[in-house]
Amino acid sequence: MSQSQISEDTKYLFKRDKTWWVKLAVPRPLRGELGFDLRRSLHTDNVEAAREARWEAIEEFRSRFEQAMAQQGGNAAAAVMDPVEDSDRAVQARDGVRKVDQHIVEIVSDSGEGAQKCGQVLGLVSGKMGNGVWTVEIIPAEIQPPARERQGASGIRVRMGSKYMTNMGDEADIVVAFNEQVLYSRISNHAYRKGTVVLLENMWAEDPDPKIREQYKEALADFEAQGLVVLELPIQEECLKLVPDPRKGKNMFVLGMLCSIYNRDTEIAKNEITKIFKKKSEKVIKINHDLFDAGYAFARENINYAFEIPAAKEDQLKSAVVMNGNTAAGLGVMASGIELVSMYPITPATSASHYLAEDFHLTGGFVHQAEDEIAAIGFAIGASYAGKTACTITSGPGMALKTEMIGLAIMAELPLVIINVQRGGPSTGLPTKVEQGDLLSALYGIPGDSPKIVIAAATISECFHFVVMARKLAESFRTPVIMLTDANLGTGVQPIERPEVTEEWFAAPLDQSDWDPEVAPYDWDKETGLSERPIPGMRGGEYILTGLAHNRNSKIAYDSVSNQEGMDMRSRKFAAMSATMKPPEIHGDPTGDLLIVGWGSTLGAIEEAVDRARAEGQKVSCVHLRFLSPMEPGLKEIFAGFKKVMTVEINYSDVPGSSPLITEDTRRYSQLALVLRAQTLMDIDCWSMVPGHPLQPGTIHKVIDSRLAEMKGAEACSA
Amino acid sequence: MFGLKGDWSLEVKNRYFTLDDYSGAEPRWCTGCGDHGILAAVHRVCRESQIEPEKTVAVSGIGCSSRLPHYMSTYGFHGLHGRALPVACGVKSRRPDLDVWVATGDGDCFSIGAAHWIHAMRYNMDITLLVFDNGIYGLTKKQTSPTTPLDVPTNTHPSGALLPPLNPLTVTLGITNISFVAQIVDWNAPLRHEVIKKAHEHKGTSFVRIIQRCPVYVESIGKALQDEPARMQLLTHEKGVQVDDSVKKLFPNHAEHDPSDLGAARALAEDANILPLGILYHNPDAPQYDLMTSVGMDMSIDDRLVGMNQALDHFAL
Ligand SMILES: Cc1ncc(C[n+]2csc(CCOP(=O)(O)OP(=O)(O)O)c2C)c(N)n1
Ligand code: SF4
Ligand SMILES: [Mg+2]
Repeated sequence: MSQSQISEDTKYLFKRDKTWWVKLAVPRPLRGELGFDLRRSLHTDNVEAAREARWEAIEEFRSRFEQAMAQQGGNAAAAVMDPVEDSDRAVQARDGVRKVDQHIVEIVSDSGEGAQKCGQVLGLVSGKMGNGVWTVEIIPAEIQPPARERQGASGIRVRMGSKYMTNMGDEADIVVAFNEQVLYSRISNHAYRKGTVVLLENMWAEDPDPKIREQYKEALADFEAQGLVVLELPIQEECLKLVPDPRKGKNMFVLGMLCSIYNRDTEIAKNEITKIFKKKSEKVIKINHDLFDAGYAFARENINYAFEIPAAKEDQLKSAVVMNGNTAAGLGVMASGIELVSMYPITPATSASHYLAEDFHLTGGFVHQAEDEIAAIGFAIGASYAGKTACTITSGPGMALKTEMIGLAIMAELPLVIINVQRGGPSTGLPTKVEQGDLLSALYGIPGDSPKIVIAAATISECFHFVVMARKLAESFRTPVIMLTDANLGTGVQPIERPEVTEEWFAAPLDQSDWDPEVAPYDWDKETGLSERPIPGMRGGEYILTGLAHNRNSKIAYDSVSNQEGMDMRSRKFAAMSATMKPPEIHGDPTGDLLIVGWGSTLGAIEEAVDRARAEGQKVSCVHLRFLSPMEPGLKEIFAGFKKVMTVEINYSDVPGSSPLITEDTRRYSQLALVLRAQTLMDIDCWSMVPGHPLQPGTIHKVIDSRLAEMKGAEACSA
Repeated sequence: MFGLKGDWSLEVKNRYFTLDDYSGAEPRWCTGCGDHGILAAVHRVCRESQIEPEKTVAVSGIGCSSRLPHYMSTYGFHGLHGRALPVACGVKSRRPDLDVWVATGDGDCFSIGAAHWIHAMRYNMDITLLVFDNGIYGLTKKQTSPTTPLDVPTNTHPSGALLPPLNPLTVTLGITNISFVAQIVDWNAPLRHEVIKKAHEHKGTSFVRIIQRCPVYVESIGKALQDEPARMQLLTHEKGVQVDDSVKKLFPNHAEHDPSDLGAARALAEDANILPLGILYHNPDAPQYDLMTSVGMDMSIDDRLVGMNQALDHFAL
């Protein structure tokens, strides 16, 4: 039976458990009075009988609308419409398959119900079918929050599109919820819009606990009042037909449902399921396949949504690998020839080390889990001193502890790669959530003058390639390199072009040749501050590294001439590096009304927002900085081409006017804005927020529009 | 042995190292400071080992004692207060060929670096760890350290240290996977040399607590012991250190102690009335972390490339 036949046959009908129901949407003006829809059971499991019986109910519902309308003094007949058509991007419950260029699906559950696995496979399958995909996990702060906790949402968002996807997008189109409570936290995160379809597990309606039944009922009313389109589904009951405890396995049923809705290749999906359970028995694989098939069949029969997301040929990668930014960074470590990662567990950075712990041996490397963050970086510094440039991976609180050691590495000019997967701060802050709050501390957060290289990856692919670059920079400039990523990149999953790793990426083999004893251990070149370093084992190069002020011979030197020289030389290296750098590329026209400046993981969302605004005729462009120290050159000239320059960041800034106390004078700027203002002496504005989730293109688009409108208003006033 | 290699060819050592090859700048410690003697012992043990100076790395923290690397002409790392051990372990992690010494103080090791002390002992990497315990913060001018005896006045506790001192031996002997624990006083050269030599020869982390005189700030601590050798007892055993009769005469109390007996070592350490001198514990078979951290370091570039592509294959779409 084709999709359109099914939908024709079941117009106004839906099946709950085994019983057919009839449902009719209430016209919008009457919803206050009658609710979102009128529904009633037809007390039959026979679809033919239900088809017969529905008309009587429909008649009755319509007459209720008319009565209500008459009381309000309007004409209801014309107003009968499908509520899901409320919003222009609405998902439509209608005949046939609808073509869309992108769709966002969320699967939310209590933790431990496998929602994430389900979404990952959906993402993989879509990637394999040629779609652009971005998936991101929805992680509760606690490991096992109590069941049905509003803040306990655990799950995943999958954005699938025709084009290459660069960010998690705006509100979801479809969400599958294993219980109704976990939806609340997502709603408060603005994850959904009017018209978002909720495929909701309905077992709670008949829960033995009256409190749960009540909660469920209330939630249904809440959701409908908010314009969500709820489809209650007997997922648990269907799974029970196959397994005694659907807590394990429900996710595969849901995967089947989603694969049916999005017409995914079931062969590919089942292969992925096989891979997940490859260490388990054939029986386990079979039961999960069965659950998948059952979900697929169930959706075909009962869910009246079907979408096609065509794959755009021109956007396809030659050869793709799928991973999150933390795994990419871990692979980058391996590809750079780094042999040692020394770390202490901290969210959201740890998964990079988890990955390395699995595969690092393939390139001969080792993960050291130290006793604390200080020891972690100290260990890495020891290895680097001994000629094996090492890496430490951490997040904000860990960075705070490492500052003294970073200062030592700067003072002693030791190469070192430090990856900071930023989370929300200060203090323990938002462990699982994204923020770009560590820029200033990366640049300046070390006592004394402590210049170093700071780079920020903007894409998952850059999480890989920047580690390779970081190791090279660290060695060439004899310095620690801080590489900033964040929870958004760290947990976002995307297919990226498979890197073609070559020998040159690896660190050179350990040099143990003799050192000319005439050459000082800090044989600073006066112009560039650069020098080569002796490595233990090199005969003739023996020196005592010290964190105390020292001269070119590494002898402790407290005199002012030596101190000045040391500071000059350690700083000059970065002027030398700067001289080799190119200005950043502008996305959009080189001149215009507004230039957005960003850094880090916001790239995809900013560019998508700028593209949307430009498509509407706005004169807006953006640049994205990868090098924060030394900064990319040419910024002043680029900024001069625009009437207004504004950074967009995920960190704190005061909103002017948000309190009478916040004025142009007292206003605190976001971090990049502050640096750029100092660097360029230009009046650079900022827009930033700390929502604990990635910035969405729609949000940035609105900001662009409102800033441009303000500018027009100001121009009009001054004209 | 005798320069004979496995294939019976004769290896002629073309480099012979003298004390000068290991000693660096003129020490700046105060006259009468116990650190001088410890340094001399290190130089001598290095010379006896004939390990190339360029393969020797002296790592330290911050403190008077942590100046030691500057008085070596090997490689050295004079790092941060309390953090000598993580750095030393890092050096060793991928360079097992390097001979690593650590010089640290009672503040450096037992206070700010206490976490690293415990964990480095457990890692048991092949490192010679000398703790210069003068019972005071020397460099920063006489503040209470974890081992300052009760009632000894300091600049932070002018009417005397308030709490009973920490016992570094019981703590160390309580850590899992320790392999070498010894105690000496800085002023007995033969015992000092024998113990440091054994510590250096041992494969694993050898912890040597050296009771060190700081005549400038806490003269009383060293003096009390020097004046009353009966407050110490010499540990003797065929598996321990062998010293000549002159040393035995100096320390009238002797105790026969088998260093492989951890329980007995703990009992000796526990006794606050009499300080054991010599090797308290020695276990040559404890697992060494450096043998684990260095796995894979000799992998060829080609193998790494193969491994890299294998790793990427795991993520291929
Ligand atoms: C992070 C830090 N805190 C404090 C200091 C100051 N400081 C330097 S040495 C020292 C104590 C040294 O005592 P100890 O380790 O016993 O060595 P000693 O000088 O007695 O040999 C202190 C507190 C420092 N250098 N760094
Ligand atoms: S202050 Fe004490 S420990 Fe420091 S050098 Fe002088 S005598 Fe030695
Ligand atoms: Mg001391």
